[in-house]
Amino acid sequence: MEDAKQLVAFEAKIAAGQKIEPKDWMPEAYRKQLIRMMSQHAHSEIVGMLPEGNWITRAPNLRRKAILLAKVQDEGGHGLYLYSAAETLGVDRTELLSQLHTGKAKYSSIFNYPTLSWADIGAIGWLVDGAAIMNQTVLARGSYGPYSRAMVRICKEESFHNRQGYEIMMTLAQGTPEQKAMAQDALNRWWWPAVMMLGPSDDKSPNSDQLMRWKVKLESNDAIRERFIDRTVPQAEFIGLKVPDKDMKFNEKTGHYTHGEINWDEFFEVIKGNGPCNAKRLKDRVEADKKGRWVREAATAYAAKQAKEREIA
Amino acid sequence: MNIQEAKFQYLLRLGDSSLIIGHRLSEWCGHGPILEEDIALINIALDFVGNATSLLAYAGQTEGKGRDEDALAYLRDEREFRNLLITEQPNGDFASTMARQFLFDTYMFFLYEELKNSKDETVAAIAVKSHKEITYHLRHATEWMLRLGDGTTESHERLQSGLNDLWMFTSEMFDMDEVDAMLIKEGFAPDLNKVKTAWEKRVKEVIAEATLQIPTSTFKQKGSKEGKHTEYLGFLLAEMQYVHREYPGAKW
Repeated sequence: MEDAKQLVAFEAKIAAGQKIEPKDWMPEAYRKQLIRMMSQHAHSEIVGMLPEGNWITRAPNLRRKAILLAKVQDEGGHGLYLYSAAETLGVDRTELLSQLHTGKAKYSSIFNYPTLSWADIGAIGWLVDGAAIMNQTVLARGSYGPYSRAMVRICKEESFHNRQGYEIMMTLAQGTPEQKAMAQDALNRWWWPAVMMLGPSDDKSPNSDQLMRWKVKLESNDAIRERFIDRTVPQAEFIGLKVPDKDMKFNEKTGHYTHGEINWDEFFEVIKGNGPCNAKRLKDRVEADKKGRWVREAATAYAAKQAKEREIA
Repeated sequence: MNIQEAKFQYLLRLGDSSLIIGHRLSEWCGHGPILEEDIALINIALDFVGNATSLLAYAGQTEGKGRDEDALAYLRDEREFRNLLITEQPNGDFASTMARQFLFDTYMFFLYEELKNSKDETVAAIAVKSHKEITYHLRHATEWMLRLGDGTTESHERLQSGLNDLWMFTSEMFDMDEVDAMLIKEGFAPDLNKVKTAWEKRVKEVIAEATLQIPTSTFKQKGSKEGKHTEYLGFLLAEMQYVHREYPGAKW
C-alpha cells in the first residue's frame, strides 16, 4: 500500500512546481503512466524514421538529401534519448522494444500513412512535426524531470524540422504547376491524420483529474489541436495551398478557426492496426530486430572476452 | 588530356566514391541492428554526402561548363560515373557492410591524409575537413571488424565471407593512370603507392587482430576509372536520379 504521507508530499511538490526525479518516491500509477507515454513517444521516433527514410535515396538534390539525413538522424537521437529517459523509471529498452514488436505498445498513428511523393517529406516536417511541437511544448512543463528536460531539447530540434518542412512546401508551391500539385496532394493526404494525431477529442478522451493534478497531462487534446490549426491554416494560405476542409472558417468572435468534423472512426481503426502501413511498419521493425540479433550477440560476446582478458591482465 | 580535364576527372573519382558509398549507407536507415547503429550509419552517410557535394561542386567549377554539383550527381549516366567499384556493392548483411566500410575507410583515411598536402588549396581544405570525419568512420568500422571477427562463430564467418567477396575490388583503389601521373607532377594528387603501403599494413593488422584471414583470391576487378561498373550501379542511379530527372529544370 502506498504511503499516504508520501503521496501528500509528492503532490505538494508538484503543486509547488518542482520536478519529480528518478530516485524520488512516486505512486505506481504515475510511474506506469509515464513509462507508457515515454515509450510510446520513443517508439514513434524510431518508427517515424521509416516513412522519412523512404525518401533519402530519392531526395531531389544533394542539399535536400543532406538535410533529410540530418533530420532522420535527429529522430533516431530523440528515440535514444527517450528510451534512456524511460529507463530512469526502472524499465529497460529491450523490454520496451519487445512490447513494440509484439504490438502491445503503440506509436503515433500518423506513421501508419505512406510517404508517396517528395512533397510528403515537406508535409511531415510542416504538419507532423508542427503538431508534435504543439504537444511537446506542453509536455515540457510536465512534472517528471527527465521527460520534461527531454522535451525542451527535442522541441528545439523539432522547430528546425518544422521550418525545413515548410520550406520544402513553400519551394514546391512556388515551383512548376506539377510541383504545386504535388504539394497540394501531400497536404490533402496529411492534413487530417495530422489533426487527429493530437488525440481523440475531449468527449472521447476524458482527462483524469489525477493526471492533470500530477502534471502528466497538462492540457486537453482539443486545446492543443486548436492551437495547431490556428497556426497552420494561415501558413497554408500564405503559400497558396488549401487545407482540405470545406468547413474550415475563422471565427471572428473567438479568434480561432472552427474545423469540420473529424473522422474518428478512421483514427480508431488505424490505432487498432488497420491503417495503410501498420503491418509494414511493424514488419520492418521486427525484421530489423531479428536480422540484428547475431550482431548484438557478437558485440556482447566480444565485450565479455575483452573483460576477461582485462581480468587476467 | 589537358591539366584541367585531369583535375576534373580526379575530382569526379573522389566525389563519386563518396556519393555512392553514402547512398549505400543511407539504405540502412531504420533497419540497423541496434538504434545506436542506425544513428551512426546515417551520420556517416551524411558526412559522405557532404564531402561529395564539396568535391562535385569544385569539379563543376573546374570543368567550367556551368554544371553544378546537382547536375553532376543527377544528370550523368552510369558510364560517366567514376566511383570505385567497391563503393557501389550492395550492403548485404551488416558484416558485409562493415567489411566494405573498413576497406574503403582505411583507403580514404590514408588518401586524404596525403590530400591535405595538395598544392590545390580547395582540395587541401576539403581534405582537412574530411580527414577529421573519416578518422571517426574508420574507428567505427575497425571496432566492428574486431567485434564481429572475434565475437561469435556466426559473426566471424559472416565477416570473413564479406571480406572474401569484396577483396577483388580493392586493388583498383591503387591503380594509377595518366590522370594521376599528371596530377602527381603538379602536386595536386598523391602517389597512390604510398597510400597502398599504409593501407596494406593497417588492413593486415586489423584482420589479424580480428582473428580473420586475408582473402586468398587473386582476381582483380577494375574498371571504375573508365566508368565500367558492376551491374549494381545502374539500379542505384535509377533510384537516386529519377525525381530530379522527372521534372527537368525544377527547383527543389
